[in-house]
Amino acid sequence: MVSDMAADGRLERRAVVRRLLDERGEALVVAGLGSPTWDLAAAGDHDRNFYMWGGMGSAVTIGLGLALAQRALPVLVITGDGEMLMGLGGLATAGAKAPANLSVVVLDNERFGETGMQKSHTAYGTDLPAIAAASGFSWTETVRDEAGLAALCGRIYAKNGCGFASVKIAPDDLPRVMPEKNGAIVKDRFRRALLGAA
Amino acid sequence: MNAPQDAIAEATPWQQAIHAAFTEAGIAQVGYVPDAGHTGLIDLCETDNAIDATVLTTEEEGIGLLAGAWLGGQRGALLMQSSGVGNCVNMLAFAQHCRVPMLILVTMRGEWEEFNPWQEPMGRATQAALSLMGVAVRRTDDAEALPGLVEEALAETFTRMLPSAVLIGQKLIGAKKW
Repeated sequence: MVSDMAADGRLERRAVVRRLLDERGEALVVAGLGSPTWDLAAAGDHDRNFYMWGGMGSAVTIGLGLALAQRALPVLVITGDGEMLMGLGGLATAGAKAPANLSVVVLDNERFGETGMQKSHTAYGTDLPAIAAASGFSWTETVRDEAGLAALCGRIYAKNGCGFASVKIAPDDLPRVMPEKNGAIVKDRFRRALLGAA
Repeated sequence: MNAPQDAIAEATPWQQAIHAAFTEAGIAQVGYVPDAGHTGLIDLCETDNAIDATVLTTEEEGIGLLAGAWLGGQRGALLMQSSGVGNCVNMLAFAQHCRVPMLILVTMRGEWEEFNPWQEPMGRATQAALSLMGVAVRRTDDAEALPGLVEEALAETFTRMLPSAVLIGQKLIGAKKW
């Protein structure tokens, strides 16, 4: 089995995202701007991916609106700790609605990776899963190893509770894998794949 | 707020007409930060089984929420007061770039008989701020004209594929009671 661990013993972000998407099936996936968008593209382009290149802080609320609109489908938001921190109020908003088909996974390297690897608030102790739990999410966890990642993969598409996971990853600065950057094209492609020609 | 927390406020005729316009236009999600001027419409939306209403901690969340709704095939409307427009600027850039339609309904503060001077600067800048961010804006102080403007804005946003806003003048709502 290929290891999902980086040299420093922490999970490696690209391997984590590939694992999360292995069994995506019909799931709809939203990636927060910055590295999660590159990670999602690196795992393989898909019509049901929405890649953010802007709108920092809104990955969770985009996932929420999508999950409310498409309750029969799993919706997975993959974002970074910096992007999540900018929209913490969105956890309260999502927790108040708590659609059972919404899962949020934060790839937490405790850094603002796109801007010079400055430490983020999670490096100073902010506990994102605790905030999600206190906001009404049905399940929350912190993942640090292969076993935890395997368990998480079993939960994110189950549609049996609004979930939140922080996956602690190595602070790697990997080559960018850039998907389509015209947001209107990505949005329209997503809608056609999901809704048909209309 | 003098009324009990769970009391349904009496919706005004214009609020009932706007709710009917939402139904006619197929609005399926409504995001809101409460404002006294929106109370009756919020209650109508919260009790309508055809509308999923979501309370927001800040107005910009509503742009994300309704972008997600649109990705999933649903039309949305966002309710806020004028101060909230200031919170939305970067997310309006997102909506403009991605071409996400939505109706934004804004109750005005900081103008007619405003008691609180802190509301004045954002109130004065609201219309220009929306225009600057690519939003088509209508505005009225006339309760009878308002539903027609909302219908126009709804038709426009889902044709133009960009947000459209209607500003509801403070004179129409009445001064906030202190």
